[in-house]
Amino acid sequence: MAWQRETYKKIKQIPAEEYVLPGTALCAGCGGLEALRLAAKVLGEKVVYVNAAGCFTLLAVYPFTPFKGSWLYTTMGSAPAGAQGIRDALDVLIAKHRLSKEEDLKVVVLAGDGSSYDMALSATSAAIYRNLDFYYFCYDNEAYGNTGVQLSSATPYGAQTSTTPCSLHHPSGAVREKKDLFAIWRAHKPPYMATVSPRHPLDLVEKFARAARFAGPKLFLALSACPTGWGFDPAQTTEVARLAVETGFWPLKEAIHGEVTHTYVPKRRPVEEYLRLQARFRHLFEPTRQEEVIRHIQDRVTAYWEQASAALP
Amino acid sequence: MATHEMMTGNLAAAWGARLADVDYVPVFPITPQTEIVEALAGWCDNGDLAARFVTLDSEHSMMTAAGAAAATGARVFTATSSQGLLYAFEVLYTIAGWRVPLVLVNVSRALASPITLEPDHNDVLAARDSGFLQIHAETCQEVLDSILMAYRIAEDPRVCLPAMVNLDGFYLSFTREPVMRPNPEEVRAFLPPYRPPHLGLKASAPQALGVAVLGGATYSYFRHQMHLASVNALTVHQEVAADFARLFGRRYDLVEGYRLEGAEDVLVMSNAFASKGKAAVDAARARGRRVGLLRLRVIRPWPADAIAAALQGRRAVAVLDQNLAPGLGGILFQEVAASLCHAPARPALCSYIGGLGGKNISEAEFETIFEQTAEAGVRGQGIGPVLLYTEEERREMEQLWTTANKN
Repeated sequence: MAWQRETYKKIKQIPAEEYVLPGTALCAGCGGLEALRLAAKVLGEKVVYVNAAGCFTLLAVYPFTPFKGSWLYTTMGSAPAGAQGIRDALDVLIAKHRLSKEEDLKVVVLAGDGSSYDMALSATSAAIYRNLDFYYFCYDNEAYGNTGVQLSSATPYGAQTSTTPCSLHHPSGAVREKKDLFAIWRAHKPPYMATVSPRHPLDLVEKFARAARFAGPKLFLALSACPTGWGFDPAQTTEVARLAVETGFWPLKEAIHGEVTHTYVPKRRPVEEYLRLQARFRHLFEPTRQEEVIRHIQDRVTAYWEQASAALP
Repeated sequence: MATHEMMTGNLAAAWGARLADVDYVPVFPITPQTEIVEALAGWCDNGDLAARFVTLDSEHSMMTAAGAAAATGARVFTATSSQGLLYAFEVLYTIAGWRVPLVLVNVSRALASPITLEPDHNDVLAARDSGFLQIHAETCQEVLDSILMAYRIAEDPRVCLPAMVNLDGFYLSFTREPVMRPNPEEVRAFLPPYRPPHLGLKASAPQALGVAVLGGATYSYFRHQMHLASVNALTVHQEVAADFARLFGRRYDLVEGYRLEGAEDVLVMSNAFASKGKAAVDAARARGRRVGLLRLRVIRPWPADAIAAALQGRRAVAVLDQNLAPGLGGILFQEVAASLCHAPARPALCSYIGGLGGKNISEAEFETIFEQTAEAGVRGQGIGPVLLYTEEERREMEQLWTTANKN
């Protein structure tokens, strides 16, 4: 049976209340911020965001914060450990009656792909291992964005970044495949994990509603279409995010205790339609078409879905 | 009733945390600190201490969890050593900026490379500019007492900074000494429960902590605040020390003078090796040398006035650094010298480097230091940095070369 949304069936059911208010220093058209805005509608205001160094660190710049909830900036490599300290302290203070249960907070790590895929992987693995009751929201824009778009281990094969230029020796730009963070998280068997996209708001909010039923680690990998880093007009964020899903490049899925369900099965338009929208892939089409590189990207997407189809309804 | 018992420096540190009635103990094992967290693990497990004990994946994570829990409103204790302290380095600065008054015990151990186990102070002194207060203990009793004092000072609204209590690995961590263990009621009278008005993450009062600032003027404002708060800790320490002495009968000052009356020349040391220095002072006094010792105890904030008051007007001062800043010399020598810069009667200043990696400092070496320092005083011109290394140690090293060069 196909995956069914239970809580949010229509757009109108998404809460109108905003918990991440506008006016931040983030780039216009930030896909990650849109994903966070939607997630926050489900998370509500009894939340503390535990931030790792990245683009989102600029959300809270003294004396402003866009959040109705609380915020703690930690470091690039240890936001999950910060979440551990807060969760433990809240538990202890509530148990000792120094804090009422009404004061309790959801603890949400807010980290980019540079932190999530690279520097904080040890701290994240440890937090999942300890079955820490927290949310982890990774806004994945597939590069070290805040420092000027350098290669991270989330950068896909074939993308140009400022440290993987298209060159005679490396015509494809990035030569490595994107690290499969979902599989790494899944190997830890957390109770809930999902990928989300800002262009699929019902899918996104439904997943946050479903996650709330589970104590323990709840992990979200959010596609963060990035006008600045990927090279497209900010007005096109939704179209880029849509095509990432419709071409099968960014699968929407969840895993409950490690069991994967694809929550949306795209008809899989040619991946080229997604690549063509972005300057980071322009070298694959101009001045000459790099047929092998494009085919390689398409083959990887096709292979993923063929393997996944065994598990599809 | 307070009880007198034999305990190691590590166990004394664990008792300090237990008597402080801490709420949270995030840990990561490292020699020679591990015995502290092993003791606390047992007490958290059997309910003797109502705290949550959690093992993190690194000291970097451990310090982050410690700071975050303190920011949430819990009283937090943790401990590390050496490489662990350096692994957590970024977080030391980060949480000091959060102004969270937790206590971290560092059990000093020399730094790699080469990797080793025994103590010197390059680890703890590397953190001297982090914003943490630093108290360096000489005895097991002082370890326990300093932890209780550290919470009082750190939690004082005029301070609100994390504190580090340092003890030497092996020489203190694994050495049993008689320790007077205060009873919990007495400690409660000295150290009230932690109820910070300004900290605490909770639903009814959202706050943003550790936020970015743009521009040097905003940044400098907060950094200046940290400096001024740290300087406040000099006054607060003296108030707390007076309270402590009244309740427990043991008095600790920012610096400790040993046989300074009538001393022409003064040896400056810190931590456990200061006991060796005091014994050397006794021996030198017995031979008619008018020498004394100044032990540095509170190293951050730096008690410049107390140091200058104790040293100015002496003929000569020798600072024996158990650390080495390659290319410079002794770290504490620089700070002591700076404290005497404006003294009207400035002594000749000598710098010695000894005890690296736990290397012994022999009586003969102390005697040589006193002799050279006296000569420097007569001459009116200091010497150093002198790297202490004996003929016998040189012969031992040559033996190792012989072994290493065998086919």
